[in-house]
Amino acid sequence: MTILARDLHIDRPSNVQEAIAARRAHPGSRFIAGGTDLVVSMRHGLSRPGVLIDLSRIEELKGIQFGEQGVRIGAGVTLAALARDAVIAKSYRAVAEAAQTIAGPGHRAMGTVGGNLCLDTRCVYYNQSEWWRHANGFCLKLRGEICHVAPQGRHCHAAFTGDLAPALLALGAEVEIAGAERNRRMPLGELYVEDGRAHLALAEDELLVAVYLPAAPPPSAYAKVRVRGAIDYPLAGVAVALAALDGVVKSLRIGLTGTNSRPFVLAGTEAIVGRPIDENALQQIERLVQKQVQPMRTTIASAHYRRLAAAALARRLVDRLFAGTQ
Amino acid sequence: MLTDRPEPRKRLLRLRLNGRWREDAVAESELLVDYLRDVARLTGVKTGCDGGECGACAVLIDGEAMPACITLAVRCEGRSIETIEGLVEQGRPSRLQRAFHEKLGTQCGFCTPGMIVASEALLRKTPRPSDQEIRAALSGNICRCTGYVKIIESVRTAAEAAP
Repeated sequence: MTILARDLHIDRPSNVQEAIAARRAHPGSRFIAGGTDLVVSMRHGLSRPGVLIDLSRIEELKGIQFGEQGVRIGAGVTLAALARDAVIAKSYRAVAEAAQTIAGPGHRAMGTVGGNLCLDTRCVYYNQSEWWRHANGFCLKLRGEICHVAPQGRHCHAAFTGDLAPALLALGAEVEIAGAERNRRMPLGELYVEDGRAHLALAEDELLVAVYLPAAPPPSAYAKVRVRGAIDYPLAGVAVALAALDGVVKSLRIGLTGTNSRPFVLAGTEAIVGRPIDENALQQIERLVQKQVQPMRTTIASAHYRRLAAAALARRLVDRLFAGTQ
Repeated sequence: MLTDRPEPRKRLLRLRLNGRWREDAVAESELLVDYLRDVARLTGVKTGCDGGECGACAVLIDGEAMPACITLAVRCEGRSIETIEGLVEQGRPSRLQRAFHEKLGTQCGFCTPGMIVASEALLRKTPRPSDQEIRAALSGNICRCTGYVKIIESVRTAAEAAP
């Protein structure tokens, strides 16, 4: 039998303000939605909250609403429900493709949109059992002094591996954050910081409550590489949103995950706008990706492989989406 | 004296287990897999990878197959849990259980409860699944013996045997 925590209390607020009040009342507590990331972390001794604030009863976090301005996706919507939604699958294809391929069917039935966006960063020296980390020496991300992946540096390179973020970034999503005083809304990209130890720009008592996607999205797609066809986190994941008119690119946004400590939008794609997608443009996109991703080695894949794989995925998706518009 | 940190406690957990309501005092930190095995004595639920990666602990929660090893028991309050033991029909193996036996979909047997539970969730929603749908539904379950061919055949056979 597993001892998850010697002493754990689960709080069940019924609305967002109660959840935030509970979070403030219990220092070191954590919000829990699906629990597919957090419970595993607790089992590995990576997180030791004394109080869990269960978000599953909060109605405000549920539901997908469509309006003239676009879509509002509650942070508590499960990944399975998001993947099943017919309008998302038709108009926001990258989001549906990302949701449909996260972990396994059981995790998608439990895991939520907010949880996937706030997923902890991962590293081969971090996501291990307590005794493994103790035996090998703790790392910079938790309790240790050095980074075992890049020992000369003082920077944590743990990677963000959520699948939804790149798709939502490519489609220009915004997020709504609830705090004790007020709610704020900001572009999704501003939620993330390039720091494996603290990659979320959220205060402790802030809670992601919803994601907004603009109306009339361009065609989009998502693809990733991983070792096992299910469960595994991506070694690299790429989402592309591309609109074309009269044989030239009108807009192009590429979101990336799995390679850096945050998901990000590829810089420099505006150079492709106004041009057709030919071999030249595809090579230019590959170079941009290779330059901006910063993958570290894992036990099964070298950094170089992950860099090439990310570039190849971007190339394929851009090529396919452009061909689809012609 | 009151402190910020709540005292360790158990809660009364009420849930429907294999069709019957029951109540147990459960520590708030207890995982569903431990509750099912150690309290309810339903040892058909297996602990495999112990981290939500292998599917051996899959149980049906309100009809959806989910890993019990990363589910907190007290979060199942009021919900319906079904394990491999509950799939038996009037004391006899269900058609899925029979098909796994007859088509050699089980070898060492450790992954079998999770495989059958995940297959059961599939067949309830999709009575005539394609091979692709069977593969997708079982993508969260690992088997180290069979090579999966026989497992997929078993699920297909069970689907075809449906009245």
